[in-house]
Amino acid sequence: MKLLSLTDKLSLNKFLVNEGEPHIIIDKKACQTCTGKSCLTGCPAGLYSEQNGEIIVEWAGCLECGTCRIICNKKAIEWKYPQGGFGIIYRQG
Amino acid sequence: MSSEKYEVIIIGAGLAGLSAAYSLAQAGIEVVVVERGDYPGSKNLSGGVLYSRVLDKLIPNFWEEAPIERYITNYLTTLMTKYDYFNLEYKGKALGSIPYNAVTVLRAKFDRWLAEKAEQAGAMIVTGIKVEKLIKEGNRVIGISTGDEEMLADVVIAADGINSFIAQEAGLRGEIKPLHLAVGAKALIELPRERIEERFRLTGNEGAAYAMLGEATRGVAGGGFFYTNQESLSIGVVMRLDDLVKEKVKPAEVLDDLLQHPMVAPLVKDGVMTEYGAHLTGEGGLHMVPAKLYADGMLIVGDAAGFTINSGLVIRGMDLAIGSGIAAAEAIIEAKGKDDFSEGSLSAYQRNLDESFVMKDLKLYAKTPEFMESDRLYKQYSHMVNHLFGKVYAHDMSPKEHLVKTAMNSLKESGISLFDLAKDGIKGVRAL
Ligand SMILES: Cc1cc2nc3c(=O)[nH]c(=O)nc-3n(C[C@H](O)[C@H](O)[C@H](O)COP(=O)(O)OP(=O)(O)OC[C@H]3O[C@@H](n4cnc5c(N)ncnc54)[C@H](O)[C@@H]3O)c2cc1C
Repeated sequence: MKLLSLTDKLSLNKFLVNEGEPHIIIDKKACQTCTGKSCLTGCPAGLYSEQNGEIIVEWAGCLECGTCRIICNKKAIEWKYPQGGFGIIYRQG
Repeated sequence: MSSEKYEVIIIGAGLAGLSAAYSLAQAGIEVVVVERGDYPGSKNLSGGVLYSRVLDKLIPNFWEEAPIERYITNYLTTLMTKYDYFNLEYKGKALGSIPYNAVTVLRAKFDRWLAEKAEQAGAMIVTGIKVEKLIKEGNRVIGISTGDEEMLADVVIAADGINSFIAQEAGLRGEIKPLHLAVGAKALIELPRERIEERFRLTGNEGAAYAMLGEATRGVAGGGFFYTNQESLSIGVVMRLDDLVKEKVKPAEVLDDLLQHPMVAPLVKDGVMTEYGAHLTGEGGLHMVPAKLYADGMLIVGDAAGFTINSGLVIRGMDLAIGSGIAAAEAIIEAKGKDDFSEGSLSAYQRNLDESFVMKDLKLYAKTPEFMESDRLYKQYSHMVNHLFGKVYAHDMSPKEHLVKTAMNSLKESGISLFDLAKDGIKGVRAL
């Protein structure tokens, strides 16, 4: 079976993105003192990355599981569900 | 701001919320379900094996009309190492007979169907609207706010799933520990029906369900699942959050590894991935169920109440969601008879749950999470069993040993002491 990169996996899905309304907000100051940075590995959509010493999240591809919120040991991730009707739309589930 | 008033408002059109809505509507109660997704099921993801006897109670002969994929006749347990595997299979005739024990479902289709049933029974379903918060009068929950709009009700049911912000806001549930949660990453793989039936040795709508332990999750606490649908396969890995963090593995990579494992690869060959999703699930069993499941004017059901049983061999949450939805509806019907929606009156919900399979099974499996905490389950035992059978079948001209001696060697090789084995054995018998 052909394996897909994570980006290609996500592009199989249907998302309705609420441009300009991020549902995940990171307290970047708190990240500065974080050693674990579990978000970088734990997110099943691989949305977290570190760029120029800052943690960035590409929230548009969020699968809305909530893993990052729970595993962040700095409580630095303000995470809520996207506005009604927006976000991931599973066609199979 | 205008505020409509209903008898019951349900937050979330998953299986818990919809089962409650269907039961309430059938009893002639005015009920509205508010769902944040574009349609019911559009946010919901599960492995897909629904232990469906409880649904037959709610909607007799549901299989005649519901969008079910297959009924499960073949159960397989796989112990995996990186390149080897050991399978145990059970196929039972009764499993293929009506009323089915378990069926596979795809939630985007299945929840939508149940929502239609609830609507036909008289429930109102509003989609694309997220409930922002509860409206309270003193300690009593009297309605919900969606930001722009307020809706009032005698009773609000929080059926908003595992992350339940609403149960938390109501003070019924605290923060959930990583130890009590697991993330599941799942792929849907399309494959022609005939291929599925040949490869999994199925006839007609029979189905297979694999539970995979060991290397399926690279040894992270949890397991893999692999289920057949009519023309697709559901495959995924479920990993406990505390261990996921500790081992620093990436869920999507673990899933890719599983797809290439010698047990899985031939079964998914030429398949096409059509969806990739992720969702949290409960791992704590009874330990994560809040002390109180009701308040003045409010009840919590399904995943929001922490109702899941994960024994490593099976994940159950959908049947408990349906069962708790029914128990909540029955409590509300009783409360309505007395016109009393106070905490005391709604405590009938707890009684109904205690009398139903929901609490009985949660109590029966209460020790399972503790048993499942042992690292040996995810690492050493898979290694041990595969090592043992490797030796049993290897006739490489080196002198053979007696089976007991071979087994002792395999235990030693896998770093399991006889004491551990006895301890896990006793715990396992109690837990499962
Ligand atoms: C990977 C994985 C595999 C699983 N496999 C199985 C299995 O094989 N068998 C099994 O029985 N169980 C399985 N489960 C568990 C099962 O999926 C859940 O227990 C079940 O879905 C719970 O149903 P629910 O109705 O309580 O919650 P959900 O199905 O999560 O429904 C909650 C609903 O509430 C909505 N919602 C949430 N917040 C709001 C809000 N603020 N406003 C409006 N709407 C809101 C959501 O959009 C959603 O529709 C699995 C779970 C996972 C993650």
